[in-house]
Amino acid sequence: MGGRYGDGQIEPDAEDAPVFSEDWHARALAVTLACGSLGQWNIDMSRHARERLSPVDYTRFSYYEKWMAALANLLVEQGVLSREDLRDAPGIVSEGASEGEPPAKAHPLSPRRLAAHKVAGVLATGGPADRASAVEVRFQPGDRVRTRRSANTLVDGGHTRLPTYASAAQGVILRQHGSHVLPDCNAHSLGEAPEPLYAVVFKAGALWPHAEHPGDEVVLDLWQSYLEPV
Amino acid sequence: MPHDIDDPHSQPHSHLPSDPVLRVRALETILTRKGLIDPAALDEIIDTYENHIGPQNGARVVARAWAEPEFRAALLTDADTVLAELDLNGRQGEHVVVVENTPARHNMVVCTLCSCYPWPLLGIPPGWYKSDAYRARAVREPRKVLAEFGVTLPAEVAVRVWDSTAEVRYLVLPMRPAGTEGWSLEALERLVSRDSMIGTGLALQPDDAAARGAQR
Repeated sequence: MGGRYGDGQIEPDAEDAPVFSEDWHARALAVTLACGSLGQWNIDMSRHARERLSPVDYTRFSYYEKWMAALANLLVEQGVLSREDLRDAPGIVSEGASEGEPPAKAHPLSPRRLAAHKVAGVLATGGPADRASAVEVRFQPGDRVRTRRSANTLVDGGHTRLPTYASAAQGVILRQHGSHVLPDCNAHSLGEAPEPLYAVVFKAGALWPHAEHPGDEVVLDLWQSYLEPV
Repeated sequence: MPHDIDDPHSQPHSHLPSDPVLRVRALETILTRKGLIDPAALDEIIDTYENHIGPQNGARVVARAWAEPEFRAALLTDADTVLAELDLNGRQGEHVVVVENTPARHNMVVCTLCSCYPWPLLGIPPGWYKSDAYRARAVREPRKVLAEFGVTLPAEVAVRVWDSTAEVRYLVLPMRPAGTEGWSLEALERLVSRDSMIGTGLALQPDDAAARGAQR
């Protein structure tokens, strides 16, 4: 949605506003992170699942509602839960999840459950995206490049991290980031396919018909296969 | 029936209650009963981001960069190495680049595609950072956006907006306010707002900080 017209004013919240404005926001974030530890999807699949929500849902859902819907979809698509599981899930407060009830039946993935004592370690470690790659580095800082059209070239209608607003635009390589996992591939379980990643700087006038200021710039991180030499 | 269990075209999430509070609780309950999540782990995750990981981490890094030229140089050259030594390179901060504001250039960070943000340094992003309005407008009209945050830049200052489209996370090193020579790290930290490290704000001036109870 970068560059889209028609959005209203931004409403900054105070620096000391609560981290989660609603309790369920916190639970939504935590459930999503904990499910990630089951190892049934990667971060690119997770982002793609949010983007694949129907346009109606994507528009009407708030931020964490998108997270919840995408998580439910992923859990079913990856075979972790069934549609019946979701339909029959109790949503009543008195049947809350914090009662410590034993599982009805052992789930094959339950050995992967994120334990409370592992949380600090998991959050502190994270999941680096840089990888060794056989793909040769093609561009150096200062090289002029042009982006391709914003579309996944491997999967029709698939995930990509080249925003539409930066399609077919001319910019300059600003810095090299090493080689990173390619989301266009990884989001579709087609492998990590790491390749060189660059910060590319664009003059505002190369992206927008009426730039606010001729000296302003936008920098995007773009994979080598998104770029061609000028 | 729109939510018919046999309709393979309905998205699975439509089987859950539509009210978000009930929806989250339903998912949490079913996953807990199946032994796939531990509610105590959820509490731990929430406690981490409510009480332990937040903008105070980034403020410590910025204050030190202001006070120690060698630290600043290392941070701008290779933030990952510096942050790893400080144990500030966890989830959503595995690859970090620090960009420095100068009298000629103001940096500002957005994620137009989702909500990428340097969690170990700034915590969970505020609501406005994740809003459609910020994501849509920050790249096209950053000066109007800045004005809505109360920041007006002179024309001779160029704006550079960083759209976090990959797994690299950006932190803005704001300019050190004048009149803070010799201040302690703790006093400097109090000048570093969250928004100043996203680039939608500037560091507080000594007078502002005094109003907030900061002391030399």
